[in-house]
Amino acid sequence: MAKGVKPRVKVPKKAAAGETITIKTLISHKMESGQRKDKEGNVIPRSIINRFTCEFNGETVVDITLEPAISTNPYFEFEAVVPESGEFVFTWYDDDGSVYDTAKKIAVN
Amino acid sequence: MKNRSLKVIGGVAASLMLVVTSLSAEPVDDTLTVNEEMTLVTRTAAPAHLSDIMDEVISGWHFRGTETRAMQADDFDNPGMIFVEAGEDSWNTAEGSEGKSCADCHGDAADSMKGVRATYPKFSEAAGKVITVENQVNDCRENRMGAEKWKYAGGDMVNMTALIASVSRGMPVNVAIDGPAKETWELGKELYYTRTGQLELSCANCHEDNYGNMIRADHLSQGQINGFPVYRLKNTKLNSVHARFKGCVRDTRAETYSPGSPEFVALELYVASRGNGLSVEGPSVRN
Repeated sequence: MAKGVKPRVKVPKKAAAGETITIKTLISHKMESGQRKDKEGNVIPRSIINRFTCEFNGETVVDITLEPAISTNPYFEFEAVVPESGEFVFTWYDDDGSVYDTAKKIAVN
Repeated sequence: MKNRSLKVIGGVAASLMLVVTSLSAEPVDDTLTVNEEMTLVTRTAAPAHLSDIMDEVISGWHFRGTETRAMQADDFDNPGMIFVEAGEDSWNTAEGSEGKSCADCHGDAADSMKGVRATYPKFSEAAGKVITVENQVNDCRENRMGAEKWKYAGGDMVNMTALIASVSRGMPVNVAIDGPAKETWELGKELYYTRTGQLELSCANCHEDNYGNMIRADHLSQGQINGFPVYRLKNTKLNSVHARFKGCVRDTRAETYSPGSPEFVALELYVASRGNGLSVEGPSVRN
């Protein structure tokens, strides 16, 4: 498992029905591209987050494929329309098979 | 024929004028409010010891672009906060022969470390000299925790100083320059005005005489250190004050002092005192 991986998300706690909200996400990850070499000239193996998804009450909001050219600590900011109260679930998939997830509730009034 | 070539010359002269005027890089008029709740002092009247030299001291934040300034205004967008969290992890981790963590003695950093960044470097009775936050951290590690000292400007250390700075954000820098600290402060002042290297530049040549101008493609700020440690977009990591000093002195093509040396501690005290009154900003975001 890659070291120091920690997901963070920022979702408003409340929204009006049908309102468009901005969601920010960031995961600390080294995103080693697999293109670099160490001092001895050996290739440093690729180790990246290769997929990120966000679901709201089971419905997909975004599903993103990440490539090796994406920098350290990938950050995503996107918008979503919230029709009802519920929970956003965020999931990151690591090359090494690890899955990191976190969830945030939002109340619609 | 003659007329036309004169016109061409006139045109060249006009465009040159344009280039020259666009090279000024005056500080931007803007207000820094972090997380929409904490407004920081980024411009204020110069401290008394500087009053003959300049009227106003200005945080480096004003000398950066719109996007860079915006990154610092929200902790989620500020990449430096990732390192603050890493600092929190080591704050709570027991290390060394005593099996203690920072938290075992100091509790929550948000309470116990509040205000620390604003007054350092300062004179320590115990050490008999002016010490920095880094010196104090390593003193704790060595003598209270029985752990190995951290490298002065290494990753673990800068994460910890970022945590310590972050809990003082918004408080005015207020380092003491009189009493037992005076001698060190005088040494720092001398270093600030001493030209070094093949380029024969002192700190003052750029940061006092030419702030607001361009140095090649970069804006020269006043070189205030209230925002340290600073997350730099150019190297995507936190940079400590002494690492920055080293970079600057190296750029004058001089042999530099090393991070943690008495000379840099003195320079840090002097430069910090030039920002007395500005808010602690660390971890700030710069180019």
